[in-house]
Amino acid sequence: MSKPEIAPRKRFLAENPSVLWFLGCLALFTLGVTVLSEGFGLAILSTSMVKILGMTLCLCLIAVAMDVVWGYCGILSLGHFAFFGLGGYAVGMWLMYARTEGIVISSLSGAPIPPTQGEIENAIATQIFGVVGSNELPWLWGFAHSLTLQLMMVVLVPGLLALVFGWLAFRSRVTGVYLSILTQAMTLALSLYLFQNDTGLRGNNGLSGLQNIPGLDHLPQSTLSLWFFWASALALGLGYLLFAWLVSGKFGSVIRAIRDNEARVRFLGYDVESYKLVIFTLTAVVSAIAGALYYPQAGIINPAEIAPIASIYLAVWVAIGGRGRLYGAVIGAAVVSLASSWFTGGGALNINLGIYTINWTDWWLVLLGLGFVAVTLFFPRGIGGLFDMIVRKP
Amino acid sequence: MTTLLEVSGVSVTFDGFRAINNLSIQVAEPELRAVIGPNGAGKTTFMDIVTGKTRPDEGRVIWGEKNVSLLGMTESQIARAGIGRKFQKPTVFEAQTVRENLAMALKNKRGPFDVLFYRRSSRGAARIAELAEEIGLLNDLPRRAGELSHGQKQWLEIGMLLAQDPRLLLVDEPAAGMTPAEREHTTDILKRAAETRAVVVIEHDMEFIRRLGCKVTVLHEGSVLAEGSLDHVTQNQQVIDVYLGR
Repeated sequence: MSKPEIAPRKRFLAENPSVLWFLGCLALFTLGVTVLSEGFGLAILSTSMVKILGMTLCLCLIAVAMDVVWGYCGILSLGHFAFFGLGGYAVGMWLMYARTEGIVISSLSGAPIPPTQGEIENAIATQIFGVVGSNELPWLWGFAHSLTLQLMMVVLVPGLLALVFGWLAFRSRVTGVYLSILTQAMTLALSLYLFQNDTGLRGNNGLSGLQNIPGLDHLPQSTLSLWFFWASALALGLGYLLFAWLVSGKFGSVIRAIRDNEARVRFLGYDVESYKLVIFTLTAVVSAIAGALYYPQAGIINPAEIAPIASIYLAVWVAIGGRGRLYGAVIGAAVVSLASSWFTGGGALNINLGIYTINWTDWWLVLLGLGFVAVTLFFPRGIGGLFDMIVRKP
Repeated sequence: MTTLLEVSGVSVTFDGFRAINNLSIQVAEPELRAVIGPNGAGKTTFMDIVTGKTRPDEGRVIWGEKNVSLLGMTESQIARAGIGRKFQKPTVFEAQTVRENLAMALKNKRGPFDVLFYRRSSRGAARIAELAEEIGLLNDLPRRAGELSHGQKQWLEIGMLLAQDPRLLLVDEPAAGMTPAEREHTTDILKRAAETRAVVVIEHDMEFIRRLGCKVTVLHEGSVLAEGSLDHVTQNQQVIDVYLGR
């Protein structure tokens, strides 16, 4: 028997043509939306539509992260929306503080005596926290004046939370459904904590007015929405590239092996817990970045956003799109979240059956549930699996 | 020949059942050793204890020149210390290719960041090809391991074990489900491995053990009943009563 030629190491992109396909589609989509947008000129797509599409891209990014942690590494985290929300809060604090600061300074500028720094800070605190009956800036807002520091918080706070939570959970070898329940508890606890008025993040009011970017007041929303759309597309492209690289090589091989039989991986000498911790923390950070781009487009964030159900939806998107293939997660998140806003936003006409009217805002969830069951039963590989049938003919 | 592994006075109880009872076994390096015994004698549990899967209630498990205790170490630390294991039921990663399975087992740094920035080398690829040839899977490298036959999965797992380059190989029923020709090949591989390392084989097939031609340890009810050459232990009346005579 002759030895086969050892194939030279191919380039990452040459080995994974689907990544190039995805990036190409994303670039085309971005270009198309830009050309059709109100901000650019053709005005076929309204500004609110551009915002919805930009937000959808952010949801696609967290779905890709979810696919890596669940579809590839087998950790069914039902708490990744907590990281998404924390990213949103971190950037929202600066947006709200800086904007209020601008308003306060301009309204005090007419006063006969120039206001002191203390007076300005008091006025800002009253403006922001009057709604929860306080006029003091909580310690949490210590960095809120600085965009750089708050952007660091976008990465550090969720990253640290994921690191500590993951370390505790994985070290105790909590796996499977027990881990899922723990992650649900984490996001529920965080949400309940933020609901309290004295947490320092305005309780159930959340942070609002986030669509107004301080220092860019002269720009119309139609332009700003495009900027955020581009940023979201860029983040999705880079995130996709990062994760595709991560799961393609030997590292991907090890985490898929952990998903399929983690005990066996230990006997090969791999420290399973540290791999899980790396994946859990990294995907949490990417989720937080997605959230930091999402909420300025949404304009408002409140603790209901990180209720346990949000993270369950995330898992539903990935399951419908197809686990274990990154483009599947993107398809699932895009299709389901766009369909959701279409049905619940009054896009679908209610069906009058004479004795009963199907009101889609209520019945959409039933439809989603049926769709989830149908996908699980008939297409266990999800929508992305249909692509495989076309592309990879046996 | 120096002692590589020393198990002494080990006992373990599962729900009141004493699976291992004051067991003491020493394995030298290099050495080939067969472990036989009736079902429930504690053969697999012995391997579970050495590899860290099961914690004993009492006793010591000492490893290497530095006399390190294996009892405080995790499964992965024990594996990195140089103990490789093949399971009774072949456990390979069925969703991945034969090449990926071997590459994962190949002796390299095991940390997440070492693996993340790992670059495939021609030396690694050559080693994989060499192993694949030895286990007769050279033409199956791009195939998914799940498509292999039972015997081929056994081979692949033996290949993964060799790829780890361990000092001690614990091999649980390597010949199960193999044809006579394949068994012969397995014997050759194990004998060759035992020239430089310690190899412990659990097997039921006496013909297979006779071909190995090595020292045999007979386990019964969780402790050593007899030890010596195959002829020596098969003439032992106790061994005949509990194991061979049935």
